[in-house]
Amino acid sequence: MVKVLVLLKLVPDVVEEPEIAADGRSLDPSSVRLVVSERDEHALEEALLLKERYGGTVTAVALDVPEVDDVLFTALAKGADRAVKVSGVEPGMSTWAAAAALARTLRVTPGLLPADLILTGVQAIDDLDGQTGPVVARLLELPYVSMVSRVEVDPAGHEAVVAREYAGGVTGTFEVRLPVVLGVQSAEKPPRYVPVARVRAAMKAQRLEVLPAAVEEEPAHLEVLQLSKPQVGGGAVMLEGSPEEVAAQICDLLRERGLV
Amino acid sequence: MAGDIWVLVEQWRGQVTDVTYEVLALGRELATATGGSLQAVLLGPGVAEVPPSLGAADGVLVAENTALGEPEPDLYALVLAQVIPRRQPEALLIPQTNALMGCGPLLAARLGLSCINSCRDVHLDQGRLLARCLLYGGKVEAAVVPERTPVVLGILPGARPREQGRIDRTPPCAAVSVDLPATPPVQFRGYTEPPPGDVDITREDVLVAVGRGIQRQENVALAEELAAALGGAVCGSRPVVDQGWLPASRQVGTSGMIVEPQMYLALGISGAPEHVEGMKRARLIIAINTDPRAPIFGVAHYGVTADLFDIVPLLIDRIRAARQKAAS
Repeated sequence: MVKVLVLLKLVPDVVEEPEIAADGRSLDPSSVRLVVSERDEHALEEALLLKERYGGTVTAVALDVPEVDDVLFTALAKGADRAVKVSGVEPGMSTWAAAAALARTLRVTPGLLPADLILTGVQAIDDLDGQTGPVVARLLELPYVSMVSRVEVDPAGHEAVVAREYAGGVTGTFEVRLPVVLGVQSAEKPPRYVPVARVRAAMKAQRLEVLPAAVEEEPAHLEVLQLSKPQVGGGAVMLEGSPEEVAAQICDLLRERGLV
Repeated sequence: MAGDIWVLVEQWRGQVTDVTYEVLALGRELATATGGSLQAVLLGPGVAEVPPSLGAADGVLVAENTALGEPEPDLYALVLAQVIPRRQPEALLIPQTNALMGCGPLLAARLGLSCINSCRDVHLDQGRLLARCLLYGGKVEAAVVPERTPVVLGILPGARPREQGRIDRTPPCAAVSVDLPATPPVQFRGYTEPPPGDVDITREDVLVAVGRGIQRQENVALAEELAAALGGAVCGSRPVVDQGWLPASRQVGTSGMIVEPQMYLALGISGAPEHVEGMKRARLIIAINTDPRAPIFGVAHYGVTADLFDIVPLLIDRIRAARQKAAS
């Protein structure tokens, strides 16, 4: 039996082009749709796999931002046992402040801790500092392992063996005492899909727990001066024309280099 | 020590990694700008023999402990959290790689420091260190300054040419004492090599790479067809492998393989920094993507703003025709 908490963060969906707001220091909220961070989706999947393998419970926790209800009900529809929305946080707070608010809320809310494992994505696309896992681990005085791609727990529930990803497809194995905070890079299987009907059913049958955030004043660690579209080195020669013309140009390029 | 720049040396499986030299090159520039010294920080057992290739640094700080055999970010952070308060550098630069991922954020969390990750560049601007970071999969760059120093900076691979930071001259070294628990909470057990794949993409001359734009698993067959026409192999970016559409042995990027083929045809790949690091050394890079602002066009030699499904079938026909003509 394992008790797993999963911290989910919502981030702008980069399938759409993010536009920079007039202040030059943030994204225009009207240009972005929030979705669950891809790595957090893997963290949830790994948590559900752990529950299937060892029994126990999975609790999904997220800060209250637009679209969060959908994300939490989706977690319930996938098999999470509880979904907790942490409310009363400032929009646009830093990763550090958000992680600190989460950690403090976990600590003061009866029934959430102790957990055997706290899983979250190793980094989100909008993190400047990648600190969700590390700050939660620090504030809860737990060890932290990042780039995790597999978790096994010993039957007595005292330790876990986790795999970390390295370059070239190599995996490293580490032994860690429980409880632990894990930064998940990928789950053992692709995140499961749930049909919208199941999410709707979860919305009718289950409920989200809403907890007030235990917020304390956090020092500012960073100042964003400006956001911009990155300058790209060199840049590609763009091939123009109809699909037929473009295919012909590519074929010519390959022929010139003896590749065809 | 104000103004000193430190670089954490990444040693993996007994070797100083290339990215360390890239970060040393950046550190050298910063130390010159701040007027401080550049110190390489070397952790591990048996590091009494400092690699002579660390000569870009003015000195090497050596923390020797048998528990530090392989990079383990939690332990590394514990060590650095003891050394930094004593010596107060201006900045600690850490290669942002899989092996060290988490080390900088953990260290900053331990000491309450500023931490800036995903830096592609750092320079001195009006007396402050200003970092340029890639966010949103490489689609947005942020100019960020730390509110306090020391600052911990995670540097993306490729920030500087590795040759600039690899200088053969053994710098003077200073031992620093550290205290580690007898039984660290996270302990390294061993490495596992990837299972042998059907194709070794690091040995292929021609690679057809697919990304999220391939949309569905069954569409990978189209890329296979193109690769077969070209006599190459199919590989992919992380999302495709995460979905299980290609085996992990075909993944290109910092978690996967580093490839240097003659030709890399990127289909529906946006060009996140982690992917680009794995393929940017290809001799010829052609990218097809519907998004004209996709970062992949920054690294590609030729680009096409189009739907790959409009182009690839025509390209397959043309290549087959060209091959037949050449054979006849």
